Amino acid sequence: MYEFFRDLDRRWIFLLMFLAVSVPILAQLQFPEKPTGLAESTFREIDDLPPGSRVLLAFDYDPASEGELGPMATSFVLHCAAKGHRMYFLALWPVGTRMIEQKIDSVLRADFPHLVYGQDYVNLGFKTGNEGVIKLIVSDFPRAFPADIQGTPVSDIPMMQGIRNLLDLDLIANVSAGYPGTKEWIQYAVTPNPSDIRIVAGCTGVQAPLMYPYIPSQLPGLLAAIKGAAEYEKLVMDRYGHLVHAEDGRVSGIYAEGRRRMGPQLIAHVLMVILIIAGNVIYFVGRRREARS
Amino acid sequence: MQRTVPLLIAIVCGFTMIVSFFIPAAQRSGDDVAEIFNILAAVAFVLGGGNLLKIHLKKVSDQAAGWGYSLITVTAFLLTLCVGLFKIGANPADRYPGHAWSGEYSETGSAFWWIYEFVFKPITATMFAMLAFYVASAAFRAFRAKNTEAVLLLGTAFIILLGRTYAGVILTDWLPDSLSGLRFENLTMTIMNVFNTAGSRAIMIGIALGTASVSLKILLGVDRSYLGGGRG
Repeated sequence: MYEFFRDLDRRWIFLLMFLAVSVPILAQLQFPEKPTGLAESTFREIDDLPPGSRVLLAFDYDPASEGELGPMATSFVLHCAAKGHRMYFLALWPVGTRMIEQKIDSVLRADFPHLVYGQDYVNLGFKTGNEGVIKLIVSDFPRAFPADIQGTPVSDIPMMQGIRNLLDLDLIANVSAGYPGTKEWIQYAVTPNPSDIRIVAGCTGVQAPLMYPYIPSQLPGLLAAIKGAAEYEKLVMDRYGHLVHAEDGRVSGIYAEGRRRMGPQLIAHVLMVILIIAGNVIYFVGRRREARS
Repeated sequence: MQRTVPLLIAIVCGFTMIVSFFIPAAQRSGDDVAEIFNILAAVAFVLGGGNLLKIHLKKVSDQAAGWGYSLITVTAFLLTLCVGLFKIGANPADRYPGHAWSGEYSETGSAFWWIYEFVFKPITATMFAMLAFYVASAAFRAFRAKNTEAVLLLGTAFIILLGRTYAGVILTDWLPDSLSGLRFENLTMTIMNVFNTAGSRAIMIGIALGTASVSLKILLGVDRSYLGGGRG
């Protein structure tokens, strides 16, 4: 028995992980979510703004992180649309534009068809330069983004009128998978203008520990990984879910993705704990046997 | 000359950025430098593409180990580049219906969109998802309580793993309110807010001091290693 576990083929572990993730997905396993303080403060930052406020939505992530960050991006867009904020989308990652398009299609065009492009939301697309772009828009927004993604000059876009720099926007909501991302937005936009620019962010679990030092003065709200997304999603849906209910009472699955993905995460985390314990039991049994012999 | 001109550019641009941060009247100059940086970053994409071609075509030509992968890389790169540049399958923009290339290269239904949706997206998502399997295997084989530090790390990992899911609530919800600080979700918050933040801040301060020191050396021309080719 000991030898079997000691020399266990790692493909058995792969199989266990596969089952731990796939069974909850197929069984649509969901658990209740209890929002923590960070999710609540993120919610309040957006919710306390008066309708019509200008929110910059910077989607700095790619399909590799979509599983973790997609649900929080959906909730950010839903929350802003439900509150009647004007949304300015941009990306510092090349494929970020696809993420923006996806959210505009699945949330704004699907459930808020009355919102008008150019008046209620605008997609400014991707710009190279990483933190260089952030530095430039802090002082001169149209210089960095002279046109939207379709090539329409910002002077012809109604909601861009009066936007001289980032200080003219009320909040930044950043979804970040790495560099450039939340850290750069904080360092180059918020830190030099602490009383004029506010930011909330959603980031991957790997990045989250690096963001905590900025909480709460530089970063009042943070959604860490899918757990943060699920908590924020619950808060948004509890308050504004009625706006996206179909006539038959059903809600599109995209507004429950965060909570749905917590099911596989729970089972996978429990499996990890069991594997660590099992690995250590085998290790100590092995040491005792060696000492005896 | 080859090294002096880039050195001067770096020094002038660096000092311009510093001056523009502290003196509002010089902000415009700082914006100019930032814009130049953004344009150079765009040019770097071209250089990156050229470099990728150079390295992988050489590997294919030499038939070095793994040249087949290089061939796939070059083919995929050129195919995606051509499909995007020539806007294959993209419709003309509404404003310019007479101009075939006026449409959006990545519009829904275009060849570039197809490559993104059905090749790039699944491949990158799969690569990332594979991590779960390797992390699980590593947890079983390598995460050993060999000494005090390892035991502390293991304990923290257990609390975070359970506290970041509903499992933590299920396991410790029975604790009375007077001991609520010991519930997994609250312990997780304490670890992140106190221990993690303290450690991260210390590291960040160290990095900031190091960055300032290296930046000064570059701006004063003491450190020229970024120019390549040793000291000059």
